[in-house]
Amino acid sequence: MAQPHPTQSGDHLDGQWYVDKLFHGLMFLCGISAVLFVLGIFLFVFAEGAGFILKSLDWRQFLLSPRWMPTSSYNPTYGILALIAGTASITFLAMVVAVPFSLGAAIYIAEFAKGRTREVLKILIELLAAIPSVVWGFIGLAIMNPWIIQTFDEPIGLNILNCGIILGLMAAPIITSIAEDALKAVPDTYREAAEALGANRWQTIAQVVLPAAKNGLLAAVLLGVGRGFGETMAVLMASGHSINMPESIFDSVRALTATIAAELGETAVGSDHYQALFAIGIFLFTITFFINMTADWIIRGSKRG
Amino acid sequence: MFSAQPVNQHNRQVEWLFRLLFGIMLTLLIIPVLLIIATLFHRGGSTLSLEFLFTFPSDGMTAGGVFPALLGTIWLVVVSLLASVPLGVAAAIYLSEYARQEHWLTRIINLATINLAGVPSIVHALFGLGAFVLFFRIGTSILAASLTLAVMTLPVVIVASWESLQAVPRSFREACWNMGATRWQTIRQVVLPNALTGILTGIILQVSRAAGETAPIMFTGAVFFLPFLPGSPFDQTMALALHLYTISTQVPDVPESLPFAVALLLVCIVLLMNATAIWFRMYLRGKKKW
Amino acid sequence: MVNLFRSANDDPHPPQSTAPGPKAPIQVAVRDLTIRYGNWPVLSDVTLDIRRHEIFGIIGPANSGKTSFLNALNRMDLLRPNMTVHGEIRFNGVDIRTWRNVYALRRMIGVVFPLPVGLPMTIYDNVALAPRLSGKNLDKTALDALVERCLRRAALWDEVKDRLHALGSLLSGGQQQRLTIARALSQEPQLLMLDEFSIAVDPVTTMRIEDVLKSLQEEMTIILVTNLVQQAQRLAHRTAFFLDGRCIEVGETEALFSGQVKNRRTREYIEGKFG
Repeated sequence: MAQPHPTQSGDHLDGQWYVDKLFHGLMFLCGISAVLFVLGIFLFVFAEGAGFILKSLDWRQFLLSPRWMPTSSYNPTYGILALIAGTASITFLAMVVAVPFSLGAAIYIAEFAKGRTREVLKILIELLAAIPSVVWGFIGLAIMNPWIIQTFDEPIGLNILNCGIILGLMAAPIITSIAEDALKAVPDTYREAAEALGANRWQTIAQVVLPAAKNGLLAAVLLGVGRGFGETMAVLMASGHSINMPESIFDSVRALTATIAAELGETAVGSDHYQALFAIGIFLFTITFFINMTADWIIRGSKRG
Repeated sequence: MFSAQPVNQHNRQVEWLFRLLFGIMLTLLIIPVLLIIATLFHRGGSTLSLEFLFTFPSDGMTAGGVFPALLGTIWLVVVSLLASVPLGVAAAIYLSEYARQEHWLTRIINLATINLAGVPSIVHALFGLGAFVLFFRIGTSILAASLTLAVMTLPVVIVASWESLQAVPRSFREACWNMGATRWQTIRQVVLPNALTGILTGIILQVSRAAGETAPIMFTGAVFFLPFLPGSPFDQTMALALHLYTISTQVPDVPESLPFAVALLLVCIVLLMNATAIWFRMYLRGKKKW
Repeated sequence: MVNLFRSANDDPHPPQSTAPGPKAPIQVAVRDLTIRYGNWPVLSDVTLDIRRHEIFGIIGPANSGKTSFLNALNRMDLLRPNMTVHGEIRFNGVDIRTWRNVYALRRMIGVVFPLPVGLPMTIYDNVALAPRLSGKNLDKTALDALVERCLRRAALWDEVKDRLHALGSLLSGGQQQRLTIARALSQEPQLLMLDEFSIAVDPVTTMRIEDVLKSLQEEMTIILVTNLVQQAQRLAHRTAFFLDGRCIEVGETEALFSGQVKNRRTREYIEGKFG
């Protein structure tokens, strides 16, 4: 039998077919936009700092010197060790504050709270996450600062303690909600099996649920660390912003992010100082990139296992 | 039977104890926030008035209202929405409706979205300065700042839209495909209309996020003080969040109630947005169509 | 053109369907069809012809590959990442793999699922969707008439005529099933494929739909996949028996049910010994 002509069979490309192809292409372009932006961020930030990074930057000094003196007229030095120490000390204290409370809160919400209570608690945690970082910074400045001066009899209340608590409260909702997801992802059959063996609620949680969710919980903490590293306004306003290798939690410090925020407006475009700030940006981008990748890798690993 | 009882009782006590412990931890997270909001109301509430909203700052920003900053924030949020919502929703449509889940490109897009959400806001500011202000020669302006905000909040739109698209049952798509609907017709006629309210919820949350951001707009379009209102997206502008930073750190002799009022205003905007989103979500649950 | 103006409800004597003879033109020709999900074959080496205006029954126990067979016919494999189809399927003599506009192909083939899916739009819009999607710009009166016709043929009109603008997805299971039949008819298809349509429908409605199918046979080819052996006996002119991913036997329904089978398993299945 002869093959009928395709158009007789009804196979022709109509308007709808072309519209569909058009939108497919359009959606694809938008779909890869996130990839383009991440690449774009790296390229543009690198390009702005390239002249300095490639030519005059002394990497060892940059990473190992605690002297950040970009405006020194006779010998400007660009060492970010003190800034790294500032960021690290604040983030560390923030985690000390946030991790136990967040995990406790996550366990309560995931394992104990039910129905309405659960909903309300989740909403409150969400609200905690919604408060803008500049408001947190202001709270550090206007509420925490006098409180620390009064309570601990310190001359200045803008320090690691202040900033760590603020940042801890900021990171807590993120850690809580991701940790809660991780706990919820543990199948109920595990819990039922443990309870059938006579374990009480706490034994079930400690010996079955937490080990099963440990990867997700670890990722939650990591993402909290990422948040601490990247936070800008609150850290700028509550840390005291003085360059210091910290020795106690009452020392003022300065963070990587805050340095960029405070100094970028006062530098000339293209100057060494300006480009050095972009070099810090690349450093921050790289660190948070690896933190996020690791967290994602851990979460995915736990889902597959 | 009887010998089991003390063990049970002991178990119940242990359980109760831990429940209490975790409950206290949770409470300790929530109480500071409530305290903070109460303090903001207590110390800024009396200054916050309609007049405060609609007058210019005066006496070197130590008195007066926040009108140009409020208007500037609205400008920034609206322009950034115009950029990020179409892009983000389309990206979510691609990820949810077209992309194969296990494909390497899909994996890369997901990783990029996660990373975009994790990039520090100050790095976004550097990007906005390098790309929009300098490279594309937009200059420091509402447009450049809004585009920076849009890139920063894009992951929020993508994730929220993706989730609401995924909530539409696959059987609806199958039914449409079997009728000869193209992929786009299926999305347009069935998937999008049923995901719309969920997407809107995500957008509201994004607005609340964009309204409170400071770092990304600092060097791209927002300034400490302007004696006039912005007239077009190519003008610079004041913004509420930056205004709070300015009057609490950069300007001397500001009466205490002023920054408290601005902080309260910011928190109120954010809470209002979140409350709307929550109400929307409840409304959505009540109006299930399947 | 397909005539949908007659309604089953108006007709007191539904026509007895007449089988097209062996000389009738072929609607669907299947050669060496093999379907896999990943590496797992769900259907192997199926070869059969379906004649135009025939009611073609497919019987067989669960997981015998019946539904996958239907999915291959309207190229749903394109939308299932791990489904692969080998062999040849000709629709009106054209290999469907060479069709460029698969949407046009699917519009010529109506499908009714085992579990009905009323789309979350009004009853009216559910039925009007296919004509609207096809780009035939029907005016309001023509569309109204088409919707009513299709709902009447699907034996649903009387129950929903007063609430055409209520949500289709909130109808009862049986009503939704008839809604999906009306929707499939609104495509004015050349081929109608029903996949175990009676699962969600009560016996009385099943009988009414069966009458509708008999009358539709004059206008379109029907493939009836069913888990009810008697349904195939009542409706199908010819019947294929699928088992474990193979087409065991194809034959005249009457012959099969009177024991003229080539394979022992066919008789055992028809007699209800397994399945």
